[in-house]
Amino acid sequence: MNIPYTVEERPDTGLANGKLGIWLFLASEVMLFGALFSTYIILRTGAVEWPHGELNVWLGAGNTVILISSSVTMVLAWASLKMKEWAKHRMYLIGTFLLAAWFLVNKYFEYSDHLRRGEGPSHSTFLAIYYTLTGLHGLHILGGMIVMAYFIGPGAKLWKSNADQFTNRIEYTGLYWHFVDLVWIFLFPVLYLL
Amino acid sequence: MHSAPNIRKYVMIGVALLVFTAITVAANQLHFAVPLAITVALIIAITKGSMVAAVFMHLSNEKKWIYGALLLTVVFFLVLLSVPMFTTMDTIGTPIHTVHSEGGH
Repeated sequence: MNIPYTVEERPDTGLANGKLGIWLFLASEVMLFGALFSTYIILRTGAVEWPHGELNVWLGAGNTVILISSSVTMVLAWASLKMKEWAKHRMYLIGTFLLAAWFLVNKYFEYSDHLRRGEGPSHSTFLAIYYTLTGLHGLHILGGMIVMAYFIGPGAKLWKSNADQFTNRIEYTGLYWHFVDLVWIFLFPVLYLL
Repeated sequence: MHSAPNIRKYVMIGVALLVFTAITVAANQLHFAVPLAITVALIIAITKGSMVAAVFMHLSNEKKWIYGALLLTVVFFLVLLSVPMFTTMDTIGTPIHTVHSEGGH
């Protein structure tokens, strides 16, 4: 059975089903991270004192640069498909995957350094919300990497049988990836600078 | 809908985002007072987030169903963020003697 409206737009919404679907998913993600940001505000405004300078600003800034760069390579991976440039698409998508991996490696070293000094989630309220927010964000990075790995590997063969559907899938992956970047754009100043 | 991707625009937005990141870190080195530091950091973050949403996620040119879904999300998100305000409007968690002294006893 073929799923309808994977490429052509539905007459009532003017959108392919996948496009509306990914946006509704992202709306639910906004509420998930919104709840945690709200928790952060409650904890911070209710705290007698709030630690400053506990995190490595340069490592956080470096990870911001990595994620912004990955957003650029992701949108270029989609744009390359629109221009029917398969080799460029592969290069940009693999580049995005590697940047995502680099982000997680940095995060691993950052977590390791804190844990070695006994600064786990139970050490302070700040570190509890820090690990919760960055841990959930890290899981989203991992999820994005799994999807990208699929499109670099077995999922890539769809390009030959249905190029438009494959292009749409990369667009939806990109929308998710830009959202993950957007969340980090707020996490970085909130956790590392303020 | 997005028939001719503008590669140059995507790269320029990426560069602008990196510049804003550098400005955020530089502003942090100036050690502003906390309220000013929060205001500056959030204004830059909102600017960067808007650029990602408008250009990379193509929200500057989308269908009304997506705008409708996001409008609802924004409303619920604002309600969610206003929840902390409600916690300051009651006396739950305030020691009893503090409440009494505030009441003039």
